[in-house]
Amino acid sequence: MKSFTYERVATPAAATAAFARAPGARFIAGGTNLLDLMKLEIETPAHLIDVSRLSLDKIEKTGDGGLRIGAMVRNTDLASDARVRKDYGLLSRALVAGASGQLRNKATTAGNLLQRTRCPYFYDTNQPCNKRRPGSGCAAIGGFNRIHAVVGASEACIATHPSDMAVAMRALDAVVETVDAAGKARAIPLATFYRAPGTTPHLETVLAPGELITAVTLPKPVGGTHIYHKVRDRASYAFALISVGAIVQKDGSGRVALGGVGYQPWRVEAAEAELPRGAKAAADGLLAGAKTTHENAYKLPLVERTLAGVLAEARG
Amino acid sequence: MKFDTPATTNPIDQLKVVGKPTNRIDGPLKTTGTAPYAYERHDVAANQAYGYVVGSAIAKGRIASMNLKVAEAAPGVLAIVTAANAGKLGKGDFNTAKLLGGPAVDHYHQAIALVVAESFEQARAAAALVRVEYERGKGNFDLAKSLDGAIKPAPSFGTEADSAVGNFAGAFAGAPVQVDARYFTPDHAHAMMEPHASIAAWEGDKLTLWTSNQMIAWSVGDMAKTLGIPKENVRLDSPYVGGGFGGKLFIRADAVLAALGAKAAKRPVKVALPRAFMFNNTPHRPATIQRIRLGATAEGKITAIGHESWSGDLPGGGPETAVGQTRLLYAGENRMTAMRLAVLDLPEGNAMRAPGEAPGLMALEIAVDELAEKLGMDPVALRILNDTQVDPEKPKRRFSQRQLNKCLQIGADKFGWAKRSAKPAQVRDGRWLVGMGVAAAFRNNINGPSAARVRLDKSGVVTVETDMTDIGTGTYTIIAQTAAEMMGLQLDKVVVKLGDSAFPVSAGSGGQWGANSSTAGVFAACVKLREAVAQKLGMNPADAAFADGKVRSGGRSAALGEAAADGEIVAEDKMEYGDLEKAYQQSTFGAHYVEVAVDAMTGEIRIRRMLAVCAAGRILNPKAARSQVIGAMTMGAGAALMEELAVDKRFGFFVNHDLAGYEVPVHADIPHQEVIFLDETDPTTSPMKAKGVGELGICGVAAAVANAVYNATGVRVRNYPITLDKLLGQLPDIA
Amino acid sequence: MQTPEEFEVSRRGVIVGGAASVATATFVPAGSAVAAPAPVPPPTAKVTFEVNGTPHALELDTRTSLLDALREHLKLTGTKKGCDHGQCGACTVIADGRRINSCLTLAVMHEGESITTIEGLGTPDKMHAMQDAFVVHDGYQCGYCTPGQICSAVAVLDEIAAGVPSHVTADLTAKPEVTHTELRERMSGNICRCGAYSNIIDAIVDVAGAKA
Repeated sequence: MKSFTYERVATPAAATAAFARAPGARFIAGGTNLLDLMKLEIETPAHLIDVSRLSLDKIEKTGDGGLRIGAMVRNTDLASDARVRKDYGLLSRALVAGASGQLRNKATTAGNLLQRTRCPYFYDTNQPCNKRRPGSGCAAIGGFNRIHAVVGASEACIATHPSDMAVAMRALDAVVETVDAAGKARAIPLATFYRAPGTTPHLETVLAPGELITAVTLPKPVGGTHIYHKVRDRASYAFALISVGAIVQKDGSGRVALGGVGYQPWRVEAAEAELPRGAKAAADGLLAGAKTTHENAYKLPLVERTLAGVLAEARG
Repeated sequence: MKFDTPATTNPIDQLKVVGKPTNRIDGPLKTTGTAPYAYERHDVAANQAYGYVVGSAIAKGRIASMNLKVAEAAPGVLAIVTAANAGKLGKGDFNTAKLLGGPAVDHYHQAIALVVAESFEQARAAAALVRVEYERGKGNFDLAKSLDGAIKPAPSFGTEADSAVGNFAGAFAGAPVQVDARYFTPDHAHAMMEPHASIAAWEGDKLTLWTSNQMIAWSVGDMAKTLGIPKENVRLDSPYVGGGFGGKLFIRADAVLAALGAKAAKRPVKVALPRAFMFNNTPHRPATIQRIRLGATAEGKITAIGHESWSGDLPGGGPETAVGQTRLLYAGENRMTAMRLAVLDLPEGNAMRAPGEAPGLMALEIAVDELAEKLGMDPVALRILNDTQVDPEKPKRRFSQRQLNKCLQIGADKFGWAKRSAKPAQVRDGRWLVGMGVAAAFRNNINGPSAARVRLDKSGVVTVETDMTDIGTGTYTIIAQTAAEMMGLQLDKVVVKLGDSAFPVSAGSGGQWGANSSTAGVFAACVKLREAVAQKLGMNPADAAFADGKVRSGGRSAALGEAAADGEIVAEDKMEYGDLEKAYQQSTFGAHYVEVAVDAMTGEIRIRRMLAVCAAGRILNPKAARSQVIGAMTMGAGAALMEELAVDKRFGFFVNHDLAGYEVPVHADIPHQEVIFLDETDPTTSPMKAKGVGELGICGVAAAVANAVYNATGVRVRNYPITLDKLLGQLPDIA
Repeated sequence: MQTPEEFEVSRRGVIVGGAASVATATFVPAGSAVAAPAPVPPPTAKVTFEVNGTPHALELDTRTSLLDALREHLKLTGTKKGCDHGQCGACTVIADGRRINSCLTLAVMHEGESITTIEGLGTPDKMHAMQDAFVVHDGYQCGYCTPGQICSAVAVLDEIAAGVPSHVTADLTAKPEVTHTELRERMSGNICRCGAYSNIIDAIVDVAGAKA
């Protein structure tokens, strides 16, 4: 880990101002992924801005009947919130499917969205990785890629986004609220928050340097049955091979987002129209254009079968 | 003391202390965080500096150049050790690859430098500043493509690579019912929770190493050989070992580099291997490809049994002895086994819990299940039918004890085996497909010479000193139980000191030989102490009785401590073994029963129930022994369902080198586990009449899981781990 | 001599060669004149927190994890370093009432907090009920993951009492219960390679039952 200077800030404005003074700094909150990466020198900030004590730790009702989740709300608290459990069960389910109790006690809402891939080549600084070191190549292509992306990937990168929470938020039409270094606020739908890898897999989100996530908002509840099925080799404390987050209404309509298949939580609104026709039709739409390797081709039938199970469960 | 005739009645048979499910005497220390592990010993040497290891970025080739300037100039750096400045180093007898590489590189993450600095943070940061240019060499990393070039390895521990009895080829060809299949077991990591760690301090030319090691005497010898110094100048101390499973049988880079770093920095240095290094820097259980052929009569009598295994290792390494159990487990007149060894440039392969039997039974016990199905026989009945009470290769040589059938029968009864559907894929529980599996467990018993010193003080406290180690096995407790039984004391009157090379040389911890061997050594020392005490008290050693803290003889009684009234009494002895293990085949046996549920949609596999029935001689402490078995069952569950070091065959390394990528079972994977020990004593093994059990527990588990998955789904998977992607294509169609 | 498929290699990276991916070599060739920077002491920061009821004021290299502050600076070595990456749980401590992985957090971020480590739960002479139950049920073998398991177990019972849901909680809107399944799921962030899981759950159930 490279040396860094450290400061703790009390307001979002102080945070972005601190960044303006120290470009290249990183915000740190839960630290559960950033410190992991700093130890391996995959991240090497010279300055850390501790935003963990910003008063962005509230979950509040919005004017239109939705929920505003402060960026610093811990995963445990978000999953435990009575309103989330009642009206956004998918989000609560996705959160408690992720990581461990210890990690969820530290990890924040904003940090969870910004966590980086678990591709083992990204984590090994001796190996080529275009995400870690642009232009060095992708070792996962042609290597060990059982856990890698089947949709949205590029010739430069086949990494997946590891978040469970983001899958639920994508299905719930979440919007990310930010403030930039100049103090300007903006709202970014999660649908447009992540960048496809293309030839620049090191650029993962649309956030500008120094732009700080302040909250995530959810529109008013949509009802329905909320199911999050995370499929993994061991029963807990593992990243998803794939996951299916679904909200299914009584009439069979609904929403589906997938985890573990692409660089972002994967949702194809057009495919959701096929849900009443069953898992195959919907999965075909969700995974249209999928490109697999011999090691991860199983993800296609797995998505379809998992979705079928989810739909069956929703029917009761 | 020489043990060369079967044991008769001795003080251990009183079973006042031995054989009781006593809580571990080290429990209060371990549960309060006060048991000192290697890296934590702030008290043993002042002014400790921190070392951080630099590992090779390539698997095979040469270091063209190293530039240390930037690293040397980094804050807090005290010294940097490389092969270029470390002086001439030897290689330990138990190491295959050098522990400090360069200029030649033998495997990925082989240590090539140690950076020593004032703080851990500084050492870690400076290690990343060591600049290395490599010339990548061509390596061989693919076992499956190396079978043709694999050679017949030299005999290891006196066992030939090949065995043959009768006419296997003819009998197999003529057998009306045959199984002929290939099985694949992947590379496994020990992944013990405590990383390899050492603190080294020099006093003149004498080295003390506080380390985490299973085999103290071996490792003293290998440290001395590696450093080129006399053995007498090396002291190792390893009182607590945070897991080993074979991964700490030998010295590793932490030990050698701590010693070299301490010499270079001229102060004590501590080194722990970073977790990522534990997968490619330290040894692993090698992958195998196995072919098993079984021929049987229509009635289920095995007439031909053949087992071949291929594995790989670095040049100079050895094979994974996966065929060993097949020479002994089942009857059958025509037999063959063979091992072949390929040269691979992956990290060093070596022993991991039940080396040989663990992967061997992963294959053999699926094959037996396949044979049962072809015969239309119950797999329990098939195993019972093919039991043998003699060494099948030498029918005049009997097993000292063999209650495999009883294990199978009791297990079937307790587990509700009768409810199993013989036809697979018949039992549904909601979305789950449910099935049961069975496998036999088999592991040879090994005895090793083991010495101990016992001291009696005037307060009647007995202190045992031996370089034996407790790697989680319960050694502290069973040694205390042994000494207490021998000397007629309560457990709290015994102090046990382990792991220090200044103590008498024990058998050490490995090969499940530790419990029986080390307690037998304590038995021998206590026999001497009893004689010395009796003499001191003027009693007849032959009839002196030791009980309740007193010694009684000829109508006289004295408190034990009285014997030491005018000075501590010290006795030392070593248990050595004659030919009983040649006269009798000493093995341990068991049966594993497993119930699994498989998600019919996703193929996710969850274990619902596990039962082990074990016959392993006298159980010295049923509580600790049970823990050994459930722990081994857990490791077997991991081998069945998730554990695999993923080989990058281009770059030659294990890719998933952390505990997120190399998945081992977590709490949620493991149901309540049942263990039953048969009431058994084996007088041929030692005066303790005990055998090992810690490795028996893993043997066969993975196959029992595999057989249960087959019973649940009808999908036969022969390449471990059994992950859902291997089932998906054959699961029931979705509605 | 490298073939086109082979790689340009440095300590910092193995770089895919060939036309498709042009490498930027960052390694420093050996023997070249490298301007070694004058050693600058690493940045430090002050932090005060309580550990097991005792206040501590430390000035630490900012890089120091809470785990290393405990183990190397305060010599509280009961908390273990198993992986240093949040992948094993051996380093679990309770900070302001919540269990966390002390390896994945900077010590300086814990200003003003109250930390409980295994040493703060009990001592060999005066063990916490959970420590005692682990001994009775043999809920450990090598002992290295044990302090983390015990800290986690203590916090898990509090989490269930506080109504925090888990992956196996059937009804999200109901209060979770102390069941074997709930405990297994909630304890899954603490790996025990010795495989004492079955006994650990028995120990926790024992304590939870005594509590109820």
